[in-house]
Amino acid sequence: MSETELDPRVAPSFPKAAKASLRDAQLRANVRRATDTIQAKRHKLVEEKKDWQELRESARQIRAHVLEHLRVYLEEFERNFTRAGGHVHWARNDREAQEIVVAIAKEAGADEVIKIKSMTTEEIHLNDALEAAGIHAYETDLAELIIQLGHDRPSHIVVPALHKNRAQIREIFLREMHLTELGENPADLAEAARKFLREKFLRVQTAVSGANFLIAETGGVCIVESEGNGRMCLTLPETLISVVGIEKVIPRFADLEVFLQVLARSATGERMNPYNSIWSGVTPGDGPRNMHVVLLDNARTAVLADSEGRQTLQCIRCAACLNACPVYRQTGGHAYGSVYAGPIGAILTPQLMEMQHGESLPYASSLCGACYEVCPVKINIPEVLIHLRNKVVAQKGWYAPEALAMKAMASVFRSERRFRAAQRLARMAQLPLARRDLPIVGQDAPTGQDSGSGWVKWLPGIFGGWTQTRDLRAIPRESFREWWESRLT
Amino acid sequence: MRVALFITCYNDTLFPETGKAVVQVLERLGHTVEFPAGQTCCGQMHWNTGYEEEALPLVARFVEQFEHAEAVVVPSSSCVAMMRDHYPLAAARIAREGGDQTLVERVAALLPRVWEFTEFLTKKLELTDVGAYYPHRVTYHASCHGLRNLGLGDGPEKLLKAVSGLELVEIERKEQCCGFGGTFAVKNADVSGAMLEEKLQAVLKTGAEECTACDNSCLMHMGGGLHRMRAGVGTIHIAEILAGEDTRAK
Repeated sequence: MSETELDPRVAPSFPKAAKASLRDAQLRANVRRATDTIQAKRHKLVEEKKDWQELRESARQIRAHVLEHLRVYLEEFERNFTRAGGHVHWARNDREAQEIVVAIAKEAGADEVIKIKSMTTEEIHLNDALEAAGIHAYETDLAELIIQLGHDRPSHIVVPALHKNRAQIREIFLREMHLTELGENPADLAEAARKFLREKFLRVQTAVSGANFLIAETGGVCIVESEGNGRMCLTLPETLISVVGIEKVIPRFADLEVFLQVLARSATGERMNPYNSIWSGVTPGDGPRNMHVVLLDNARTAVLADSEGRQTLQCIRCAACLNACPVYRQTGGHAYGSVYAGPIGAILTPQLMEMQHGESLPYASSLCGACYEVCPVKINIPEVLIHLRNKVVAQKGWYAPEALAMKAMASVFRSERRFRAAQRLARMAQLPLARRDLPIVGQDAPTGQDSGSGWVKWLPGIFGGWTQTRDLRAIPRESFREWWESRLT
Repeated sequence: MRVALFITCYNDTLFPETGKAVVQVLERLGHTVEFPAGQTCCGQMHWNTGYEEEALPLVARFVEQFEHAEAVVVPSSSCVAMMRDHYPLAAARIAREGGDQTLVERVAALLPRVWEFTEFLTKKLELTDVGAYYPHRVTYHASCHGLRNLGLGDGPEKLLKAVSGLELVEIERKEQCCGFGGTFAVKNADVSGAMLEEKLQAVLKTGAEECTACDNSCLMHMGGGLHRMRAGVGTIHIAEILAGEDTRAK
């Protein structure tokens, strides 16, 4: 799975990419083990929180309120962050954001930067843009470091290297750090990473981050993390550049009470993140002297304009929906062809692409609702998926083969007479395909729902997807309504 | 009570025994079953696949067929979920686009009388023991729509535990989707198959003779997989278990 290009503009469709992921037994085992572990931890901490549903509702309300008044809060943030000595930049798209970051880094004289884990910078492929400008970016989050050294791409929003196990990580470190020996224990791996990174922390004078929250009231930027490597990047360099999606703003400092509780529990199954950093501008003699925030739109205002899709922007990137998703559980993250994987990726990616790419993603769900159940800001992901499916259907036009078939079926359902005729027709059409079971020696016949007409083991065309892994119970000789009528006479 | 049965399109065509079993249970409990003849489909497949517009006439049709019923019973939790979650939205859209202005109110009046079959037994009739006998080892699959959208909770399992002769065995990862998902099963056949495989391993691990659920859609998928494996384990709708009358003492 190395060198996976997570760009929705060039990525294969989800079913196609998923097929490749499903063949990787090691990947699937790694994903299952990791998501099971995080889910168990999350479950325990959510259970102990008696006001969890109230917390979720508060989080939802605050986020929804922000989205209704986004301009007001962004401008308030800009005023307060600027007053405290910071600089705010506005980027309409990925290209503008890349140019702003490169320009600031160059002005600081940087030919290398250290980075805090950030999905937003992944979204705009910032590392590639920096590299093209002659600036090398070092990822300092342990998982991101594994991804970078392994020439890989993130497969999870919070735990980007979740698809790798310890043995695989050890191999990457041995190869890329040019080590001669290395143990496989977490402590050994962490020690190797520490030695590798420490030297960068002390040398590199420019840092790039994302942010978990922008606080309008104080002009504060907030990052939560588990390792403390982010704290190094936030305190040691001279220049700090944070690239932040415009939806990440919250009104008041006090709102963190809600978000720090739901985020840590939902994301990593912790009561609180070990490192919670908030900075509000420049303090002489302490920390970076040049602070920049790049506010990134990149189609977010287009999402905002859609009243049904808008709730997608409530997301606080906890990834609980990925861990709960039975589809993600099978495929891992790369199949989604975007840095945003799982259920949230399935609704966020096509919208950020303004429905021009990632059209297969709204269908990458069985609509089981496990994502909605765990979402700490109550994004009704199944509803948004259905909404986006309608957009995909409208784009493909009424003449698409599927649309024609669906129209024909709807016409059947609009008339009792046509419905009865279709039932009879289907019963006849299956005759060449339906087979009765031969008895199996030494085994009782399954007591289940044999219809009396046998089973269909092969179907043509798109229905072949069904018989690829399943038989189809043949249509019985008598429908329920025929039985009902015979009973009355 | 006069109970109108909404059999659903796929049960009507593929699983008539489920409908017969529902009739049997309700009549045994002393209720009168009616079958509005013009009924077809609730519109779920169209709605969930992105063909909302095609689903709208089906919403209106369902309301016309069932609005005079005292109670509507549906042996499929996903169809009931379609109605509860989406019919108000569909009616609002119809009104917004200049269609039938009365539909919003009529949907609101009808929905509280629409029940999933086991929900009707446990919540409306407040029964757990319906006098059934079924001497088999059975595991219960909690379908996603029943579990999350309808909040059936342990209602179906309470009904099963009250069946004499029945041994209910718990399946691991009970809340995980089986991978059916309507058109998902065909559009994402590989992933659906992988999800099915994990679910069937869990079914087989229980040692149950049969797997039951409130939805024949999940069971069609799981039963098709079990049959392909020649696992010797069957699937059966919960109504068919509850229909097995206990005549031993009589």
